[in-house]
Amino acid sequence: MIYVVIIFLWTAILLYILLGGADFGAGIIELFTAKGNKDRTRKTMYDAIGPIWEANHMWLIIAVVILFVGFPKIYTTVSVYLHIPLVCMLLGIIARGTAFVFRNYDAVEDDMQKIYTPIFVYSSLITPFFLGIIAASAVSGRIDLQANDFLSAYVFSWLNWFSIAVGVFTVSICGFLATIFIIGQTDNESDRKHFTRKARRTIFIVMACGALVFLAAYLEQIPLFSWIFGDTPGLIAIIAASISLVIMFFILERDQPIMLRLLAGFQVSMILFAATYSHFPDIVLLKNGTNLSLLTHQGQTKTIDSLAYALLIGSIFILPALFYLIYIFTKRKDVSSAH
Amino acid sequence: MDDFLAARLQMAFSLGFHIVFACIGMVMPFFMSLAHFYWLKTKNVVYRDVTKAWSKGVAIFFATGAVSGTVLSFELGLLWPKFMEHAGPIFGMPFSLEGTAFFIEAIALGFYLYGWNRINPWFHWATGVVVGISGLLSGILVVAANAWMNSPAGFDYIDGQYLNIDPIKAMFNDAWFSQALHMTVAAFVSTGFAVAGIHALMILRGKNVAFHSKAFKIAAVFGTIAACLQPISGDISAKDVAKRQPAKLAAMEAHFHTERNAPLIIGGIPDTAGKKVDYAIKIPGLLSFMATGDFNGEVKGLDSVPKENQPPVAVTHYAFQIMVGLGMAMVGLALLYFIALWKKKQWQTSSWLLKLFVMATPMGFIALEAGWTVTEVGRQPWIINGIMRTADAVTPMPGIAYSFYLFTGVYISLSVIVSLLLYRQIAMVGKLYDSSTEVPKS
Repeated sequence: MIYVVIIFLWTAILLYILLGGADFGAGIIELFTAKGNKDRTRKTMYDAIGPIWEANHMWLIIAVVILFVGFPKIYTTVSVYLHIPLVCMLLGIIARGTAFVFRNYDAVEDDMQKIYTPIFVYSSLITPFFLGIIAASAVSGRIDLQANDFLSAYVFSWLNWFSIAVGVFTVSICGFLATIFIIGQTDNESDRKHFTRKARRTIFIVMACGALVFLAAYLEQIPLFSWIFGDTPGLIAIIAASISLVIMFFILERDQPIMLRLLAGFQVSMILFAATYSHFPDIVLLKNGTNLSLLTHQGQTKTIDSLAYALLIGSIFILPALFYLIYIFTKRKDVSSAH
Repeated sequence: MDDFLAARLQMAFSLGFHIVFACIGMVMPFFMSLAHFYWLKTKNVVYRDVTKAWSKGVAIFFATGAVSGTVLSFELGLLWPKFMEHAGPIFGMPFSLEGTAFFIEAIALGFYLYGWNRINPWFHWATGVVVGISGLLSGILVVAANAWMNSPAGFDYIDGQYLNIDPIKAMFNDAWFSQALHMTVAAFVSTGFAVAGIHALMILRGKNVAFHSKAFKIAAVFGTIAACLQPISGDISAKDVAKRQPAKLAAMEAHFHTERNAPLIIGGIPDTAGKKVDYAIKIPGLLSFMATGDFNGEVKGLDSVPKENQPPVAVTHYAFQIMVGLGMAMVGLALLYFIALWKKKQWQTSSWLLKLFVMATPMGFIALEAGWTVTEVGRQPWIINGIMRTADAVTPMPGIAYSFYLFTGVYISLSVIVSLLLYRQIAMVGKLYDSSTEVPKS
């Protein structure tokens, strides 16, 4: 049953990156859109993500609950030593989740929008940045359980070039996902062209940020290169992702939004797979060389079993409803039956 | 401020904030669905307008409740890692189920808010009901987890080890039912009175009276029925607490000495050093009767608990008195309203009754926060009753005071913005929703 729980954990994290990431990306794209196009971009984004907005963020809660129920030692270690980036991420989550709703549900449209909008777009940037920092810090081997001064225990555990580079990379992935997603939501040719151009640009940005991650790993002496290219499955994943990126480039101009989305989802899944496979089942790598493993730091058998059953039963309810929701509301406007 | 106090205050603020939003987000969908039902049945556009206006409120409160809930799921670890390390695997079952309920709520809300004219009208209505039911379920599950802290079950505590964990037994601990019942009814009381009060104010001001009257009636009926049920659930809770956490009951009642035929103490100023309560009204034997069902039953006093295990008496006692006092005031108003509904119909439009409802607007929420204070402060110094002390659970990270200031600032500004949004929603009712004064198009 432990593997059922681990698969759910991994899937919840992946879906949070994909669906939540596309949400974050919507804000990031808005931030980096020229003034003239801002309103149009915002409206298209809103129509696309409004209905599934709340659901996208539930994956984070699922992942957190799995961690604290099934792997309490891992949850608490991360909570203690990565307290500061976690608080920053939480502030981003609060600001973003509320600003989005406030700006769309305020009965009066006036200067208050000038407050909600910057909060929304900047928190869209901050949240995935710190999410990336947290993920990277877990594996960068800087968490020091023996540290006894504030800086080395609670600051240097996450403040390093590698973590920052992964933070930036996560932001770029969110932007990438959002542009690919939005291509399928546009209802006219000129918008489609506009977002296709944007998508091409973000692909280059993602690649550049990915290169930065490797550079930072090299500077910080983190064996990222051997993690990703040292294992056959990791290597296959990276090759598959690269091939699908080439395919993506070729079909970007053609009107194939579903295919583009699948390819983008596939690429991000492969990146996450390659990044997690080589040190699995270790999830937190500590400074003293020991690691926190999903297999040795799991809860007692009965806890894991009932968690697995709860997740399985939950997914019977959640997944069909979620697919139906996405199906109904992400149909293109020009083909949808009613407005 | 020391880290322990800061951590406790931060947790108290986060929960105190979340609880208001969670309750409204849990109860409003029922009001909304009932109005929606009337709209589909009667085709009276006022009901459609009320439904739409309330759905905006639901969206705002759901979003705020959801983010503050997300923050809480992290704060458990950020502030109380030693607690979560042991408690997570034991009391996690309700949280994992709550994840599902919450998820379904979010999906249903997506359908509901964006489904007008896009999906079948009755399917659309049903998604609104699902929002309510799944919200209620997640509330019950979270309270079940909190109840476990009061009544730990589902494990053996041997030599500081937590062995033989049984998550199902932990979820169905002895306190889950009475706590979940009390909390759920409280959510209906507080939201019902708050919503009714706001609409009553609008009726008094003569604004969009047809709209606000319909809205008022739905909220008032829910709120007042719940208010009349609450004393029953309160009685069940009191008997439960007397059995399981005598120290908490003693603190609630400022009951210093173990005795038979114990009096019910109303009001008064507890004097912890002198072990007495000054200026209180005492009703002989009533506490014994309430706690044990027998006027001569023995009620344990604070003297039966070692000093270091006694909860703070004053805070618990005052909070308890506030909760019961306001609860009784609302029962009184509820009874008046029932008379107005059945016997004295002219009362329904009379301004004095509406004014009473306006005055009652915040009562439910104050009672709710007070009740929460009783549960949490009354359990101190324990985080897991009788097993782990709160002081032993706090994070080793220093500087929690800054985090407390930060989150307090965030919650205060959120409260201000949400109040502003609500104010603007209400002020715009005439423009946005109230079509009752228009001539029907067809």
